[in-house]
Amino acid sequence: MTLTDVDTTRRVHAVTRIVPRGRVTRRVVAVVVVVLALGGLSVVVRNENFGWPIVGEFLFSPVIMQGLWNTLWLTVVAVVGGFVIGVLLTAMRNSGTAALAAVSWTYVWFFRSSPLLVQLLFWFNIAALFPVVSFGIPFGAELTTLLGWTGVGEIEHTFFAFDTRNIISGLTAAILGLVLHEGAYAAEIVRGGVAGVDAGQLEAAHSLGLPRTRIFARIVLPQAMRTIVPNLGNMIISVLKATSILSVIAVADLLYSAQIIYNANYRVIPLLIVATIWYLVITSILSIAQYYVERRFARGAQRVLPPTPLQRARIWLQSRLARRTGVPA
Amino acid sequence: MSAQGDVLLEAVGIRKSFGAHEVLSGIDLDVRRGEVVCIIGPSGSGKSTLLRCLNHLEAPDTGGVYIDGELIGYRLDGTVARELRYAELARQRSRIGMVFQSFNLFPHLTVRENITEAPIVVHGVSKAAAAQRADALLARVGLAGRGHAYPRQLSGGQQQRVAIARALAIEPSLMLFDEPTSALDPELVGEVLDVIADLAASGSTMVVVTHEIGFARRVADTVVFMDAGAVVEQGPPDQVLDDPQHPRTRAFLASVLA
Repeated sequence: MTLTDVDTTRRVHAVTRIVPRGRVTRRVVAVVVVVLALGGLSVVVRNENFGWPIVGEFLFSPVIMQGLWNTLWLTVVAVVGGFVIGVLLTAMRNSGTAALAAVSWTYVWFFRSSPLLVQLLFWFNIAALFPVVSFGIPFGAELTTLLGWTGVGEIEHTFFAFDTRNIISGLTAAILGLVLHEGAYAAEIVRGGVAGVDAGQLEAAHSLGLPRTRIFARIVLPQAMRTIVPNLGNMIISVLKATSILSVIAVADLLYSAQIIYNANYRVIPLLIVATIWYLVITSILSIAQYYVERRFARGAQRVLPPTPLQRARIWLQSRLARRTGVPA
Repeated sequence: MSAQGDVLLEAVGIRKSFGAHEVLSGIDLDVRRGEVVCIIGPSGSGKSTLLRCLNHLEAPDTGGVYIDGELIGYRLDGTVARELRYAELARQRSRIGMVFQSFNLFPHLTVRENITEAPIVVHGVSKAAAAQRADALLARVGLAGRGHAYPRQLSGGQQQRVAIARALAIEPSLMLFDEPTSALDPELVGEVLDVIADLAASGSTMVVVTHEIGFARRVADTVVFMDAGAVVEQGPPDQVLDDPQHPRTRAFLASVLA
């Protein structure tokens, strides 16, 4: 605020300081809320039944670390695999070919409509439905019968075959179940993002004669990513937590590893806390990563990107320092 | 105004309907090499649809567009027109530059990336050569040194000039302009029209859909007046704009010049 000489004729007045509007009520409420929150925290921390020393003892134990690692890589596989399926399903849905669009729609309908747990149990028990997995000519057996070929054995139209029990373990069931299930969700996320890209972008790309795959990968998808990333972040976090369901088919994820330990030492609560702490840590890291990924895809969307929290903190510190030392920042 | 050669673009009997509404009811248009054609007419007269048919952004219901004698979008098989595969259509389109009313620059790419994308991907130009050419084109549209900006950091007039540079980068034999100044603030219209006029003077073949009657008078070799999906009148600007024969042309000019 510049100081101006009082000029009665022009009604200009001098201001030396601006006093902000009072915030008494808000401050009182804030103090009450903080005291209540601290009280709740202290009840939890001082309750010996939570077994905090045991939490500390097992937080970094090898079994938990192995479980954490399994949870992490299964999440990565489910999200990457699911996203690839989602992009393919979106391409099919938007292909303009009715059959492909119908297959895409049906896939999403089916895998979104049944619970993940049920799907996992199906995959785990798939050997009961299909004892042998074989790769060959589709409808090969029917064709040989239809054409009346005699003396043609079962093996003629089959290139190779496996006993299902040998390839479907708990882990393969887990990967299949997660990837296929997440593919359906990713398809809707990607489709929503693609639908949000302005039609003029496509027209411009077409008028330049760009190849179709290039238009999708270079023009449409990067712009769609702006809306895809927040939803994808949601999806990653929900997959991370969904991996805990894998414990029912004996996959040694984070929760299952905690269960192994508390089945031996009966300290159920402390070990559930251990698992919870790790879920919280991973989710927090993911949230921070999401923030920066969103900034990356916001390129060109705003004239100037707002500063990150870290940059803001640095600017604030510098201004504080400057005020104290009297040197302008 | 420039010297003109043989016929470059030939549109024959273009009809196009959206649902029950016939937008184009049989348009014939010839554009000679080096000719500048300005299409004027009231809103909804089908000017933009006609332009979009020329590079097959819209497929005409009947009729054909020939550029250098080559039918756009189809291969003729006796009396049967077979739709071209996408890659072949893309090759045809890469010889026609188009500038849109709303610029349609790629917002996530820098100005230079916008310009170099098609030359690199479609024409196989090396990155370094494409970048060098992009900088030359930027200089030509008066934006030297702005290659690293993102489109949103530029004014509307600057964005449209980048869009012109992007269309020129594919070295098109024909340039299409779809109301290139309609989305601009009045004080920015001039800078874009000047760039287009420069192109016209350098001998580019162009079809310009525009509401700028003064601009049409200044650069057009031929002015085409369209109304209700048909060409009402066409000829040199001094004839169509200053001595219109058809009452509808007179009514339109009276309303825009009033």
